[in-house]
Amino acid sequence: MPIPPILAYAALRVVKAVPILVLIMIGSFLLIKLAPGDTVDALVGDMGGADPAFVARLRAEYGLDQPVLVQLWLYLGKLARLDFGWSYVYEQPVLTVLTARLGNTLLLMASSLSIAFVFGVALGAFAARRAYSLTDNVISTLGLVFYAMPSFFLSLLMILLFSVTLGWLPVGGIRTIGAFNTGWADVVDVARHLVMPTAALSLIYLAFYMRLMRTSVLEVSELDFVRTARAKGAGETRLMVHHIMRNALLPVITLLGLQFSTVLGGSVIVETIFSLPGLGQLAYTSVVKRDLNMLMGIIALCSVVVVVVNILTDLVYAWLDPRIELK
Amino acid sequence: MGQLRLVGGALGVAAAALTAAHAQDVQRGGTVIVHVNAEQGVLNPALRASTGVYQITGKFMEPLIELTYEGYEGVLATEWSSSADGREISFTLREGVNWHDGQPFTCEDVAFSAMNLWKPLLNYSSTLHANLEAVDCPDPHRAVFRYSQPMPLELIVAAMPDLGHPVPKHLYEGTDILRNPHNQAPVGTGPFRFGEYERGQYIIGLRNEDYWRGEEYPYLDRVIWRFIPDKAAAAAALEAEEIMESPFIGISMEDMRRLGDDPRFDMGPQGFEANTAHSTVEFNFRNPILADLRVRQAIYHALDIDFALQTIMRGYGQPGRGPIPSTGGENYTDDVPTYAYDVERARQLLDEAGYAPGPDGIRFRLRHRPAPWGEYTQLWAEYFVQAMREVGIAVELVTNDAPGFLTGVYRDHDFDTANGWHQFRSDPAVSTTVWLRSGAPAGTAWSNQFGYESAEMDRLIDEAAQELDPARRAELYHEVQRLAMTDLPVIFAIEHPFLGISNRKLMNHHNTPRWDSSSWYDLWVAE
Repeated sequence: MPIPPILAYAALRVVKAVPILVLIMIGSFLLIKLAPGDTVDALVGDMGGADPAFVARLRAEYGLDQPVLVQLWLYLGKLARLDFGWSYVYEQPVLTVLTARLGNTLLLMASSLSIAFVFGVALGAFAARRAYSLTDNVISTLGLVFYAMPSFFLSLLMILLFSVTLGWLPVGGIRTIGAFNTGWADVVDVARHLVMPTAALSLIYLAFYMRLMRTSVLEVSELDFVRTARAKGAGETRLMVHHIMRNALLPVITLLGLQFSTVLGGSVIVETIFSLPGLGQLAYTSVVKRDLNMLMGIIALCSVVVVVVNILTDLVYAWLDPRIELK
Repeated sequence: MGQLRLVGGALGVAAAALTAAHAQDVQRGGTVIVHVNAEQGVLNPALRASTGVYQITGKFMEPLIELTYEGYEGVLATEWSSSADGREISFTLREGVNWHDGQPFTCEDVAFSAMNLWKPLLNYSSTLHANLEAVDCPDPHRAVFRYSQPMPLELIVAAMPDLGHPVPKHLYEGTDILRNPHNQAPVGTGPFRFGEYERGQYIIGLRNEDYWRGEEYPYLDRVIWRFIPDKAAAAAALEAEEIMESPFIGISMEDMRRLGDDPRFDMGPQGFEANTAHSTVEFNFRNPILADLRVRQAIYHALDIDFALQTIMRGYGQPGRGPIPSTGGENYTDDVPTYAYDVERARQLLDEAGYAPGPDGIRFRLRHRPAPWGEYTQLWAEYFVQAMREVGIAVELVTNDAPGFLTGVYRDHDFDTANGWHQFRSDPAVSTTVWLRSGAPAGTAWSNQFGYESAEMDRLIDEAAQELDPARRAELYHEVQRLAMTDLPVIFAIEHPFLGISNRKLMNHHNTPRWDSSSWYDLWVAE
């Protein structure tokens, strides 16, 4: 049975990604090793000190007394067996902590990116159709404000308004502690906790998509095939949906794929402020505590996610524009 | 009993708070949610001696002896005494105490913990118990610690609230102690038993229905620790009354002051007396400029301590008088050399030392590392730069995160001056004198990073650590302070308590000098 070209293409991309991932892991490992201090320094700092024998014992136990290249070799060996090791900060296997956090981050990323994408594209297209009008100016200015506003500042403003002053939304966390909700009550509870973080994270990206979509629509509207379609009597809606949008979306999709990784970076701040237990917050604490295994685990996971998203982006691309061939 | 004298002022406040609480009837039940800055991997105070660990595990696991405003109080021990030669210390253990799994608490647990956790595995305790040979159990409720060298009873008692938490032998014996699952799910004898640890979110403690203090204790049904790493978010949670307390300056000083003025909250140093710390300026003797005593004296004279106290610490604290804080009981003395703010004197000393200002007005340059422990230390570093500029010393700041700072200062000794804070733990022998004693290998945090070597200082420290007569022991520590203030390896610039903020609905809060580390058996909420 012949393999469908799309599957063959995806499989080839996955195979090509393996050496990239290995290089990323080696590079990150060495980079982290360049940072001054290790897990033991951070742990001892937290404890408020310890005697030399204690420090030496910890270091030996964690294998930090070995040369860096030996540590790297041992780490890669474990990774090859899909063993992410032990987190000395959380005192749990890295994989356990990662899987517990991944869901929250994916939820936050998915909701922020989809809101940003849907509203960004819609507003951008809308603004382009009314280019240089008052509506366009209002939308564009708002976009600029959202784009310029640092997410931590926006987050704190929202907390101040919606939690402290109005008391409508919880300050942080992912669930109401001790409520032990189940079923729909739990879903509603989680959703309430996600409102502000999602808003904070999505507004910046929304501004991105909006600007890009507006420019893109304006550009495509000038192209010959649109003029031809219009001359042939296509209605404005059909023109927009069938002719302009499909083409104008191409650069936006590219951005979406690229931004998947930056959203992860943005989530560090948002997750920390809203004390959302996700990968972003975990990455931050892992850096501060020099939790090497944890950090490597996060990098591995994120690299995989980014590679997968990139492949998906290319597939969507080909679907949107049949002229692009999958090779 | 020195503790009594030193907290006299705070005692009055506590007494007033107690009267207020008794005016109302105690309400049983309810949940209290409190703020914790950073996650704890290990929840076993017999493995990790740190305030972050006690803050949580103090509710689950109890020490043999606790510190109160009235002095040392027996918790799992009821009496303690020392043999005449100081080589045997005996504890009478409380009877009728059960672990949370129902097993009785006996001397076997204490002996096992001391020999298998405290001595070999617990930070600071391995120094404390270096000469511990064995713990005997003549009967189930008597533990006799045998030492090869004289051990001052005072020292052991002062160390117990921090370093004296037993673990249940039956859950640890024959296991890999460091990987034992109970290090994350502690089983203790405390008023609350461990409920649930949701990483990155919260830890829940549930009421222990079988608590030895009696059926009425604890008053609360649950205690929940919520991890909020961001200070501004924590302040908002406090303001929105989602959390009831934030200890150890867990929110920014500005928010502390703002919320402290709000009638809904109590803010202040009460309940942190046993956690007193010094804001320090530390020297590296490996730099020949700083090895000159006159230069160190000049730097001290160039610091306007009162100004720093008012602006950086907002008035909370007092000028430091050497390595032991005024809360250190009879081991403290204020009869030490001092260095008043005197810029002219500072310039004169620098001239004498041979460092006249160059054409640009600069005498010499220093690389300064500030410790990243919160707001105080950063502001201190900035003030230090300004103050030094006044006397012609150009200071360059080198900032790092915690592991970077510790490595730079303690392992690589890559600094000229540094500043941070140093917390006093009840007795100078526990963690203070290691700072001044020579001989610690490089890389040991909070040991002699200065490269300061004084045979006289080493002698005083070693003698005091084994001196059995409390009066003589105190005299030796006074000598240590005088010598430290004379040789100036470090400037103990400001002695400051930590601050906490709590909702006024909390009753009996901050009623012991290490309240956040204590068991909270008598805490309740007024609705």
